Amino acid sequence: MDIELTEDQELLRNSVQRFLKDEYGFDDRAKIVAGEDGWSRAVWAKFADLGLLAAPFAEEYGGLGNGPLTTMIVMQEFGRSLVVEPYFETVVLAGGLIEALGTDDQRGELLAEIAAGEATWALAWAEPGSRYNLNKVSVSADRSGDDYVLSGTKAAVIGAPWADRLIVSARTSGRDGDRDGVSLFIVDSRAAGLHMQSYRTVDGRRAAEVTLKDVRIPAVNLLGREGQGVVALESCRDRGIGGLCAEAIGAMTELNAATLDYSKTRKQFGVTLGSFQVLQHRMVDMFIALQEAVSLMQHLTLTLASNDAHVTKLASGAKTKVGYAARFIGEQAIQLHGGMGMSDELKVGHYFKRIGAIDIQFGDPAFHLMRFAHAA
Amino acid sequence: MELNLSAEDAAFRDEVRSFIAEHYPKEMRVANPETDLTKEQSLLWHKILHKKGWIAPLWPKEYGGPGWSLTQRFIWDQETSRAGTLPPLAFSVTMVGPVIYTFGKEAQKARFLPRILSGEDWWCQGYSEPGSGSDLASVRTKAVRDGDHYVVNGHKTWTTLAQHADWIFCLVRTDPSGKPQAGISFLLIDMKTPGVTVRPIITIDGSHEVNDVFLEDVRVPIENLIGEENKGWTYAKFLLGNERTSMAGIGRSTRYLRRLKDIVRAEIPEDDPSFAEFIREIARVELDVLALEATELRVVAQMSRGIDPGPAASLFKIRGTEIFQRITDLTHRAMGNYGVALREHPVSGNRFMPGPDYGHTSAEKYLNSRKLSIYGGSNEIQRNIIAKAVLGL
Repeated sequence: MDIELTEDQELLRNSVQRFLKDEYGFDDRAKIVAGEDGWSRAVWAKFADLGLLAAPFAEEYGGLGNGPLTTMIVMQEFGRSLVVEPYFETVVLAGGLIEALGTDDQRGELLAEIAAGEATWALAWAEPGSRYNLNKVSVSADRSGDDYVLSGTKAAVIGAPWADRLIVSARTSGRDGDRDGVSLFIVDSRAAGLHMQSYRTVDGRRAAEVTLKDVRIPAVNLLGREGQGVVALESCRDRGIGGLCAEAIGAMTELNAATLDYSKTRKQFGVTLGSFQVLQHRMVDMFIALQEAVSLMQHLTLTLASNDAHVTKLASGAKTKVGYAARFIGEQAIQLHGGMGMSDELKVGHYFKRIGAIDIQFGDPAFHLMRFAHAA
Repeated sequence: MELNLSAEDAAFRDEVRSFIAEHYPKEMRVANPETDLTKEQSLLWHKILHKKGWIAPLWPKEYGGPGWSLTQRFIWDQETSRAGTLPPLAFSVTMVGPVIYTFGKEAQKARFLPRILSGEDWWCQGYSEPGSGSDLASVRTKAVRDGDHYVVNGHKTWTTLAQHADWIFCLVRTDPSGKPQAGISFLLIDMKTPGVTVRPIITIDGSHEVNDVFLEDVRVPIENLIGEENKGWTYAKFLLGNERTSMAGIGRSTRYLRRLKDIVRAEIPEDDPSFAEFIREIARVELDVLALEATELRVVAQMSRGIDPGPAASLFKIRGTEIFQRITDLTHRAMGNYGVALREHPVSGNRFMPGPDYGHTSAEKYLNSRKLSIYGGSNEIQRNIIAKAVLGL
């Protein structure tokens, strides 16, 4: 059960750790986030050099294979260093969808482009009012000759302002809310008729509301089978949850470590905070919450790798458990840092905000708890 | 969730499963095995396991253990608790047995170990005293040397199933000077010795599990001392380490959770305002069980690679008991109005209990399981242990 890494996987982890330690410190990151772009193309190029941008792909596409486990290794380290670059969106979500659904041509071309660091992606599945329901798609895609014509609005598309290409879910048949009839399209972010309203996200990234007005997409840019987009998005969400859970574990690990360090040095009433039993027990509960979250995250990762039929229920379970644990740890980390926990200069607040965003992405614990409860 | 088992381990698991299915005594399948069985009934399974050679998984082979690997022991724990078999008396097999073969003299091993394995001797634990709580080193029961005997005077309490016991292992104070931990000895006392009196303590669930044990001028032969005089604290701590293993109780919680789901389905209509709350709470507990089980598997995997899991037992004790308490709470509440009924003890089929059978023990189980977070070192003590040993506070 406990995951023993292969030699290649250990090497990957070490190289990610080394790079982030040397070149992605908290101050480096703060500069990147405050910059005009909000992300670093130089860092992205380094990711490409290190082979990270292909790592979860199959070996024929330059990866290490065992996608879920490789994703776990990278995302956990990214969580520890609060990486803002759109790795999750580009490699895990878009790359994963292309690898799973793409034609030979699409895979060959697009995965190579991603691996080389030449294109970033975003996944536009949500709409205003859709909440976390993948079926609620009202953006229309009507066939017109060799093209599809897309119209409608996609909401809260994370990383869209940075993206060269988008994967957009749009309805080719049926009614809003139907599971069937949704298709996925590869859309150039500079396509005529596509408009973005960009904004900053709580965790220091960028997102956009994406409006499509008669955007013409060549039929070759259909990804996967027409009408089968939701099924594809569902398994994309399961894998995505695996990555997000690993990232959350990385952040939670750092929050616990920072809180424990602080409690051993910060003095109140002449003694360290850590000498108060009420705070000791709180930190024990934070420790236990992390251990349980790690266990379920690893269990999900191994299950994703084995293609088990129950994986989607487990994904909802892990998202819930990790979500509640992360919120508890995040809130307590702020509380135990006292007034300092409110300061933007400290790391804890930034981990807290990233955890809050992860909590929402692909559905919050309340949503996934009930999805878990009702899953077979 | 299943361990990734080798072919041999999978065969062992199947063997265990079918052995339980074939041999577990029907007489022991009662509403509440912990309180409803006579002494003779509760020893039936013990004797079957003894005959099979499976009574003491923890013990080394030379003393009568089955010689199982760590994984096999884990499989055994999982399968027996999934099947809901009554475990052999822990005070005998898990607690005093290992103390005797680890610290006892040859004569003590020869005298006591075979009778523990066979079930001829029933042991109880004389640790707690009035006022001692989780601070076990505060032992006040005195043992004074008189020739080749100790004369013991004192009062032990919360002594589980002392009413059935042939022997009691006691912490006694042999040296009142110095640190509290320093002057304690570990003494084996025959319950038939003059001066030993057992008085029942009835707990809030109405059952008689625990007792007061009074010791008045009890003469104990010095050959019944374990190890060295005044070193008893070492042996006591060793024993407590064994007590906290397998506290996660995954199998038991899984069984009770399944039962809870059936009860909710039968008792609570979907238009009841509380229905959604039950569904949500059950899902949360189910996830807690899943996470704890995954943690247990992680620890087993680490241990079989030779990694010391540290005070994982404390984590399992805290979470395992919290989870089980939650399940008994939900089960009790799921019974609705019939939750007010409490079975009378001693239990008899002649006394009327209202409502469906599956609800008859819900009140007493809820009440009884409050003890879980208190005994074996309260959950607060377990948090102290983790704070010190893991967090370095």
